[in-house]
Amino acid sequence: MGATIVEKIFSRKCGGDIRAGEVVMAPVDGAMIHDITGPLAIQKFYEMGGSKVFDPKHIILLFDHQIPADSIPAAENHVYMRKFAAEQHIHNYDINEGVCHQVVLEKGRAAPGEIIVGADSHTCMYGAAGAFATGIGSTDMGFVLKFGALYFKVPETIHTEISGKFPKRVGAKDLILSIAADIGADGATYQAIEFAGKTIANLDMAGRMTCCNMAIEMGAKAGIVAPDKITWEYMKKRRKMKPFPLESDNDASYVTKRSYSVSDMEPQVAVPHNVDTGVPVSKVAGTHIDQVFIGSCTNGRFEDLEEAAEVLGKKKFNTKVRVIIIPASRDEYLKTLKAGLIERFVKAGALVEAPCCGPCMGGAFGLLAPGEVSLSTSNRNFKGRQGSTEGKVYLCSPATAAASAITGVITDPREV
Amino acid sequence: MRVWKFGDDIDTDAIIPGRFLTINDPRELAKHAFEGTRDDYAKNVKTGDIIVGGRNFGCGSSREHAPLALIGGGVSVVVAKSFARIFFRNSINVGVLPVVCKDADKIADGAKITLDIKKGFIEADGKHYMIEPVPGFMQGIIDAGGLVTYAKSLKGVPLCIKSQR
Repeated sequence: MGATIVEKIFSRKCGGDIRAGEVVMAPVDGAMIHDITGPLAIQKFYEMGGSKVFDPKHIILLFDHQIPADSIPAAENHVYMRKFAAEQHIHNYDINEGVCHQVVLEKGRAAPGEIIVGADSHTCMYGAAGAFATGIGSTDMGFVLKFGALYFKVPETIHTEISGKFPKRVGAKDLILSIAADIGADGATYQAIEFAGKTIANLDMAGRMTCCNMAIEMGAKAGIVAPDKITWEYMKKRRKMKPFPLESDNDASYVTKRSYSVSDMEPQVAVPHNVDTGVPVSKVAGTHIDQVFIGSCTNGRFEDLEEAAEVLGKKKFNTKVRVIIIPASRDEYLKTLKAGLIERFVKAGALVEAPCCGPCMGGAFGLLAPGEVSLSTSNRNFKGRQGSTEGKVYLCSPATAAASAITGVITDPREV
Repeated sequence: MRVWKFGDDIDTDAIIPGRFLTINDPRELAKHAFEGTRDDYAKNVKTGDIIVGGRNFGCGSSREHAPLALIGGGVSVVVAKSFARIFFRNSINVGVLPVVCKDADKIADGAKITLDIKKGFIEADGKHYMIEPVPGFMQGIIDAGGLVTYAKSLKGVPLCIKSQR
């Protein structure tokens, strides 16, 4: 029987024929730590008797959740990690580059066929580059820092076939919110989700990243898109490597195969307090909002900000709404700056912040007071995610966020 | 030993909110466990108490601060209908035992509870409920009391050798 792309990645890495359900201690090609989960991982590495990391070149270290340090304990965590980076000769991106997942991909630190782990649940985003990538906890990361390998239970795969052409102002975020509503918050637990079909073949890297990023919101261990021309073109500028074939066989065994068409899809909004609650925007249009956040590893790329700017046009943001826009990385910030969009956002009334996680993790700035409502392009709307547990978070695309930021209520982006 | 009962999809933001993640000490984290979600928990939780949840317990962020916030309050067992993957593994790694019990929703908040791992059942308010065994490859880590102790005993790792499921 044929193999899935995930089975092939493990087989390629380990030699032999490795199948879903099997448990292997597999070597990793990359390990990412940031300022929230990194300090604990380093502590565990030392507690395990670690003195030298397995290979400093394969460790990605940066700060993105609480930058610039927003408290003394955050500053202390940064100091601790800087010291570790210097001691272990690990390149430290520090506070300079942006949100971890965007940085890993744009620096070419994840590539087709690789196994990458990150001490952050949205590590599954690197599946957009054809890597098997998964989020792990700090103790597992301590183990990886020491041994360069980890126990993996090779996941079964849910195959999704996406067809059709996105209508105007409908895109990858609407697709993934709609898939999450269908599969459910735990519908893919311990499984991988492969995104395939003509719509994916035509989707740019930014959109693929949005889809793979949110695989975890269905409980998935990984999201993945088989590398194609678009992937290799993206890699070409970042890594010296020759393209090679890597895709699931036609007769591969899947848990399920699901099909989705985007041709008639409406913009989607996930309502509080779960991610699998996506509904067409028309169902929640008119809902009052206090804050709009456009950014995060899910939707903080130039393409996302460009779409928001298109919706904005020459209009102004509603003065009753706090509009926070954060490009996902320094590169994305510069692209946005050069295109003149930052000036437009600022003139329209937005706060444009330096690349970081921002309000998404509810630990730094942009927090909600009890009773407040946020509309956000990020990935989670759990109770208390962006501040008070009596606040509410709705999730949507950059287009819907921009349209709603103009009107002050949740708005269909096709109507502004 | 009492049950602290929670529902489905209890995420790690609910277990320990993002604003407390600069804390790494389990006892300090425990002071903020379920803050804003269930405020009577942190004040009243006692060593040996057991958390019982529904489906998909521990979903969301990979933050290991979540099981640490539980263990810091003396909770070393979480029973649920199902667990989110990263939380399940983090729990075992730090010494919190995640126990899958398909009847978890039948167990009431405040119930008196005991767990018999060897015989594979829970007794809550006099009723018995079956539990599922943990995956074979995780047993060694559980027996060692967590991944740190387990890792200390390793000279190297058996790369690419398939293990017991």
